Amino acid sequence: MAGRDLSAGSAPLPGPQPLPGPRGGMPGLGAVARARDLKGTLTRLFRLIGAHPVAITATLACTVASVAGSSLVPWQLGRATDYVIGAVAAGVPVELSVLTRRLGLAAGLLLAGVLLNIVQAWLSNAIVQALSRNLRDQAALKLARLPLAWFDRQPHGEVLSRITNDIDNVSQSLQQLLSQLLMSALQLVAVLALMFALSPALAGIAVVSLVLSVLLSRLLAARSRPHFVEQWRRTGTLNADVEEDYSGHTLMKVFGHRERARAVFEDDNEALRASAFKAQFLSGIIQPVMLFVGQLGFVAVVAGGALLILAGGLSIGVLQSFIQYIRQINQPIGQIAGAASVLQSASASAERVFELLDAPEMKPDTAAPAKLAAPQGHVVFDHVTFRYEPGRPLFEDVSLEARPGQTVAVVGPTGAGKTTLVNLLMRFYEIDGGAIRLDGVDTRDLTRADLRRHFGMVLQDSWLFSGTIRENIAYGKDGASEAEILEAARACHVDGFVRKLPEGYDTLVDETGGVLSTGQKQLLTIARAFVARPSVLILDEATSSVDTRTELLVQRAMARLREGRTSFVIAHRLSTIRDADLILYMEDGNILEAGDHAALMARRGRYWQLYQSQFGAPES
Amino acid sequence: MAVIAAVPEGRLALWWRLWAPYRGALVLLLLCQVVQALAALTLPTLSARVIDLGILRHDGAYVLRSGGLMLLAALVQILFSVAAAWAGARIAMGFGRDLRSAVFARVQDFSLHEMRRFGTPSLITRSTNDVLQVQSFLVMVLTTITTAPIMGIGGIVMAIRQDAGLSDILVVSVPALAVIVGVLLSAALPLFARMQGQIDRINQIVREQILGLRVIRAFVRDDWEHQRFAGANEALTGTARRVGRIMALNMPLAHLVMHLSTIALVWFAARRIAAGTLEVGALVAFLAYIMQILISVMIASMLIVMAPRALVSAGRIRDVLLSAPGIVEPAAPAALPARPGGGVEIEFRHVGFAYPGAERPVLDDVNFRLEPGKTVAVIGATGSGKTTIVNLIARLFDVTTGAVLINGVDIRTLPLATLWSLIGFVPQESFLFSGTIADTLRYGRAEASDDELWQALEVAQARDFVAALPLGLAAPVAQGGGNFSGGQRQRLAIARALVRRAPLYLFDDSFSALDYATDARLRAALPGHLGAAAVLIVGQRVSSLRHADLILLLDQGRVAAAGSHESLLRDSAAYREIVASQHAEEG
Repeated sequence: MAGRDLSAGSAPLPGPQPLPGPRGGMPGLGAVARARDLKGTLTRLFRLIGAHPVAITATLACTVASVAGSSLVPWQLGRATDYVIGAVAAGVPVELSVLTRRLGLAAGLLLAGVLLNIVQAWLSNAIVQALSRNLRDQAALKLARLPLAWFDRQPHGEVLSRITNDIDNVSQSLQQLLSQLLMSALQLVAVLALMFALSPALAGIAVVSLVLSVLLSRLLAARSRPHFVEQWRRTGTLNADVEEDYSGHTLMKVFGHRERARAVFEDDNEALRASAFKAQFLSGIIQPVMLFVGQLGFVAVVAGGALLILAGGLSIGVLQSFIQYIRQINQPIGQIAGAASVLQSASASAERVFELLDAPEMKPDTAAPAKLAAPQGHVVFDHVTFRYEPGRPLFEDVSLEARPGQTVAVVGPTGAGKTTLVNLLMRFYEIDGGAIRLDGVDTRDLTRADLRRHFGMVLQDSWLFSGTIRENIAYGKDGASEAEILEAARACHVDGFVRKLPEGYDTLVDETGGVLSTGQKQLLTIARAFVARPSVLILDEATSSVDTRTELLVQRAMARLREGRTSFVIAHRLSTIRDADLILYMEDGNILEAGDHAALMARRGRYWQLYQSQFGAPES
Repeated sequence: MAVIAAVPEGRLALWWRLWAPYRGALVLLLLCQVVQALAALTLPTLSARVIDLGILRHDGAYVLRSGGLMLLAALVQILFSVAAAWAGARIAMGFGRDLRSAVFARVQDFSLHEMRRFGTPSLITRSTNDVLQVQSFLVMVLTTITTAPIMGIGGIVMAIRQDAGLSDILVVSVPALAVIVGVLLSAALPLFARMQGQIDRINQIVREQILGLRVIRAFVRDDWEHQRFAGANEALTGTARRVGRIMALNMPLAHLVMHLSTIALVWFAARRIAAGTLEVGALVAFLAYIMQILISVMIASMLIVMAPRALVSAGRIRDVLLSAPGIVEPAAPAALPARPGGGVEIEFRHVGFAYPGAERPVLDDVNFRLEPGKTVAVIGATGSGKTTIVNLIARLFDVTTGAVLINGVDIRTLPLATLWSLIGFVPQESFLFSGTIADTLRYGRAEASDDELWQALEVAQARDFVAALPLGLAAPVAQGGGNFSGGQRQRLAIARALVRRAPLYLFDDSFSALDYATDARLRAALPGHLGAAAVLIVGQRVSSLRHADLILLLDQGRVAAAGSHESLLRDSAAYREIVASQHAEEG
């Protein structure tokens, strides 16, 4: 993007190089397989959850109460059984009222537990959804704060994958974790406590098996983690393949590149499958392994319990409760095991999201910004030096002045630094020395937003967003009125073709332009700048795809728009800029010649040569 | 590459075909699950015996023997569980890969119609995120949920064997669970469909924001863009929240049914124990089985946590896979007939083209002939249908009426690969793929030598700036060619087409970003390189087109005038007007 001119400068000035393609190791994001920091990522994730202290506290309280409620149910059941057995053994008739009371109590506890459980699940749902909304929001805001150079190095599909696939994964995982992990952990604690209350000896057996499962599952989880990291990285790569191939769909077909594109895709697809398989298998056996240990515990409890009863140290009812508990304990253990693998996957994704959120941002705006009340459009470059990369100077001591209302044309071969001039003016990039002043104020003393509000820009690539034609024109100005939109549309010859569309200004367009031709898209973007009514206009090769008849009309409209406005025109057709007040001839980042058309022609220098090559060319 | 059947197959047939490679593995998985479930099911029976036969009869040796059997069962269980986990991961991840591959292959075959109908962002979501949903669901089903029916049925059988009378409780609780699952499922399904659509929207907005970065910043619309995103985000969050609330009911309600059943069980059992018709050990075992059954139903009901989303995603994938491409391979492909004298010749015969449902055709009764070694130029106002002519030759669209002929045969009878192999194409927008410059240039012909690349660069007037890059041909190209200027990109795109050495060249407004001097040099160098190729140029500048053998002036889709530069100057007022306007402009 920015700095493109320079990347090809004839001097050794290759500008910001996008380091090897998305498939190699891309440098910006997720490239390097550096040591991943599980603990840091999780801490940060939990801190995000902790940002909802009230909801979290309420969730915790509900969970505790709910677990307590439902944990007591088997205990009550065991008491009921013991009562029956006792009565039978003593040969007394079973009192139904006692039985009813005990079972009724169990039912009451159960009901309360379930209700609280629902409340807890709703609360954690609200937390997770708020959290993922905020993550998406932060990611979107982050994109707005990243320097342009960052995007030059990112495959779009990779960034997209982080914002959709990865955040989606974090959200779904957390949903599972919050409602289950907490619940399971508490169930575990509650059941263990009750087990100890019933029989410390048997509970001891349960604890041993528990510790064993935790150790085993940790081992497996740690082994699965690198594969999860790999899986989500591969997902990003694949998304980048898909995004690029779908974007260049037509070319891929016509250039007979389908088979090769397919081969690259299949390679990445298979790599994704392989890593996903390993991650899934390793984390998938956590649960069976823990269940196995749980079963061992079960066997030990039954056998041990039976021997205890034989020795007279335990009642059958207690053993019944215990067997139920040990079954119950297997469920949370299984869920915690499941959670462990989900956590691996979630943290791998969360890491990729945080990586995006942590990418270095643009320099912040000045703390005490100046204000331009009534901008005149007086632009001064004062001994500006600039380089895209350290050690490779591009602009050395560039000075120029555009007085209010003047039209400044910038010409020169591609790669001369014309686009860079715009980049610096708009503060897409920051200068390294000297100053750029607007009405005497250093542009660095203004906020970027304020500075840019004074500029209207029409770029080489016409960009439309998905929305109506009306919205796309109105884009130039916040709150543009219908009258302003129509005026711009008429002035820029948009009105004519839009009225012929069945839906008129409500016709939906998108990045491809939908029903619009490339030229029509360009006209739309010109109308957009018209609506903005800026004090300085920047036209970057804006009219290259409009047919010459239309262009003439646009030129007229532009001339009207330029009245009283300072304009920078970067055009390859010298005819369009002959009337400019100042023409700058640039090469290799230097202004070699400056003056109006007549003066430059008289000088018989580079501009004259260029002019000759265009209009004195054999066929003209 | 699979040639797509013209008749779209049915939905079930589609899944059946995709599923075919995994049927064997699935049988294996189910076997493993059955064995491990049976092993798990024997545990309560053994423990009941421990109580009834061991404890009540004071037989310590029996207790230990049963304990040994239980250990054996547990061992069998884990071995087969691990095998099942292996098979499950294998199947799910393999199936996910196959789905992605199928979607990608199908999208490759799409014509511009389908690309526009689905939209690129939605196709991206469908290729990755939607497949991911299906894949995670499959993992869940294969590793956990397959055990549920086995455990459930096994549990029921064992429970009935243990005591048929107590099993009556299941008649109430199992249907109750089924109803809960059914109600929640039907409430959640439409919401999930909306949710995937909203993810598409997020994808679309972020993608637009990345592509339009400079415009957004230039017009200081960050806030507005953020509002736009926040709106979509809020909508997605709202749906997700509602879905989450519905889903959150599942487990607690299942829990409720489960434990109420055990309470009822004890209530009935207590009376029978009191009456002496039931042994205590049987009750304990029965409790364990009923837990087993209900847990398995509960696990099955976990389906509803993932199923709706996966179902919706599967539907979205299916829509792609079952959409027949608008441009299809001929049923009986013909070979390209050789033309006497060699080369290829294009003819438009009464060609018309209209978008489906459009009132006015884009092209109407266009006729012309393009012979090897000749150049046809198309000029006309913005939106007059110039690009459509190029698109019809490349079969990006098919004609609505008339025919496009190549060497005398309808292009629709040629295999697409054959047709495309004839074309050197330079599109209006110079999209470059990421990689190195050499990758870019070899895009259409992988085997081209470095010499050939330099030659093409030379003709395209790109040699100088490529040579000036420290890495030369190995210099990186960012996605879309973002690290090059418009003019450089256009020249690279031209060189990319030249490397193909095709007998037919289509230049769609391909010189617009070049300055006149470069344009002139390029046009001077082109004929030598193109040789006997047939060339079609779409353009705006008369100076670029005036030497064409035939110039078509398009107006609203019709050929308003046709002829050489000189004859048009003489006969066409409209053409003279264009020339005059450019002349005035160019002095």
